[in-house]
Amino acid sequence: MKIAQKTVKFLTIVVLALFTTVGYALESDTKYDSSNDGGRVNTKTEVEEYILHHLKDSHDFSLWSYTSVEGERKHVGFPLPVILWSSNGLVTFMSSEFHHNDDGHVIVEKNGLKFVKIHSKIHELDQEAATVSSDETHHATNAHKVLDFSITKSVVGILLIGFLLLFWFSRLAKQYKTKQVPTGFARVLEPLVLYVRDEIAKPNIGEKHYRRFTGYLLTVFFFIWVLNLVGLTPLGFNVTGQIAVTACLAIFTLVIYTFSGNKDYWMHMIWMPGVPVLFRPILAVIELIGALIIKPFSLLVRLFANISAGHIVIMSLIAIMFTLKESLGVVGATGLSLVLSFFILLIEILVAFLQAYIFTMLSALFIGMAVAEHSEAH
Amino acid sequence: MVTYNLIGAGLIVIGAGIGLGQIGGKAMEGIARQPEAAGKIQTAMIIIAALLEGLAFGALFLGK
Amino acid sequence: METLLNDFSPGLFAVSTILLLALIALMVKFAWKPILNSLEERETGISNALAAAENARKEMQNLNADNERLLKEARAEREAMMKDARHISDSMIAEAKEDAKEVTSALIEKAQASIQQEKQAALAELKKYVAELSIGIAETVIKKELSSKKDQLALVEEILKEVTLN
Repeated sequence: MKIAQKTVKFLTIVVLALFTTVGYALESDTKYDSSNDGGRVNTKTEVEEYILHHLKDSHDFSLWSYTSVEGERKHVGFPLPVILWSSNGLVTFMSSEFHHNDDGHVIVEKNGLKFVKIHSKIHELDQEAATVSSDETHHATNAHKVLDFSITKSVVGILLIGFLLLFWFSRLAKQYKTKQVPTGFARVLEPLVLYVRDEIAKPNIGEKHYRRFTGYLLTVFFFIWVLNLVGLTPLGFNVTGQIAVTACLAIFTLVIYTFSGNKDYWMHMIWMPGVPVLFRPILAVIELIGALIIKPFSLLVRLFANISAGHIVIMSLIAIMFTLKESLGVVGATGLSLVLSFFILLIEILVAFLQAYIFTMLSALFIGMAVAEHSEAH
Repeated sequence: MVTYNLIGAGLIVIGAGIGLGQIGGKAMEGIARQPEAAGKIQTAMIIIAALLEGLAFGALFLGK
Repeated sequence: METLLNDFSPGLFAVSTILLLALIALMVKFAWKPILNSLEERETGISNALAAAENARKEMQNLNADNERLLKEARAEREAMMKDARHISDSMIAEAKEDAKEVTSALIEKAQASIQQEKQAALAELKKYVAELSIGIAETVIKKELSSKKDQLALVEEILKEVTLN
């Protein structure tokens, strides 16, 4: 009970901290919009653009935006630091300098270099160029991407959830020092830990080796699950829908099962016993591609695609409110959108768990295949 | 160009849908036949479905 | 593939790799290791306690069985002892009865013998007395024979009177 109260307190403090920052971060931005409705997202193309924009990582933490009476577009949120490795070395500034511009019109000059942000990617303008010129597919012709180590929204999400997980589970760990059975919120966490250990790690890796990998599997499971769930809140994180993050997780799994593979594993991969010698090189190529490329690729793409698809579906269903306003009326469109998005949200909560489960499960399965001891030739 | 991509995506989805249907249906049959093995069948079903899903997504993204 | 690569941000990849490595290391050190260790400890503790309880139950059962066996033995022994005692007492009584019978019969015999003897003695004395008496009578008869018949008879009569008076 005490722990739960403390967690609630902790969360309240986090939220309050967010909102106090929000108060200072209120800023008006007239440059963003030139159309006559003040930048409202109303039409189908605007909705599509908005959804695609949301799916990408963003350099500032914006909670919502609105249009004031004067027709100015206002954004509520706070800026995050931008850290770039450009052709001139390290460059840092706050993301507020872009004024929420996302199509390369606002140019930030730092260290004698000009930076623009196009579709959530920061580009460095070529020396002689003054403005961005782009071809018909909206690719900038006189600017190139820079290495972007910014504390983006996803990084904030990772940090936040990382600290939350550390906080929760070190609490649970500490409780075992004084008592046998945890109390409060830790009582919820314990069965989850047991679930991952007994249902995912043990059966897939095997009684003998599972201990070495349980820590990784547990971390990945809770990391993905909590981030999936946070992605469903109006905070608008889309961390597990970032291909870089899922790639990172998949490559961790790849590294672990590649380096913990025993002799049998490599033997079966490179020189498959029990198969005509002529076929062995072909099989080796197939096996190597499967283990080194297809397995991690399917892991990373599955998580990325599922979460992205979930976000797209939910946001599209919410957008019914605006796009079907004319044909169904305000009440009809709103009601339909609320009902549909509510049920899809329920499914997405299931998917959030399922994807974490599947990622952990398949990681455990691949690791288990790598450390399994074959007694019989097959 | 875009249309071909969409046709390809549709074909992938049809294939994946048939596959998922097979997996789910057979798993249901298996569970109905042997309810005590439901847990094992479910786990295997989810793993196979996940592998199929990975394949389908891979194809979708390769085409895009 | 193109959009996938376009969406991929190497910077975010690097940052998240570092953060995740740190998170995994910290979680393993501060959370998972102690949690898994204490969970395992608790599980072994529980299984040990269960085994101990089972052992205690078995021992208890053994003890109970022992007790019952001892009780049965004691009961059997007691019964045997009782039987023995009854037997002994019965035989003792029987013996005593026999002895008593013998003694009494011997006594009775003795008594009868002594009675017989006494009777014989008394008869002998009587005979002797009768003989003496008859001899005396004969003496006196012989003494008076010579005087008269009449006197003789009177004498006999007198003597006979005396005899009866005796």
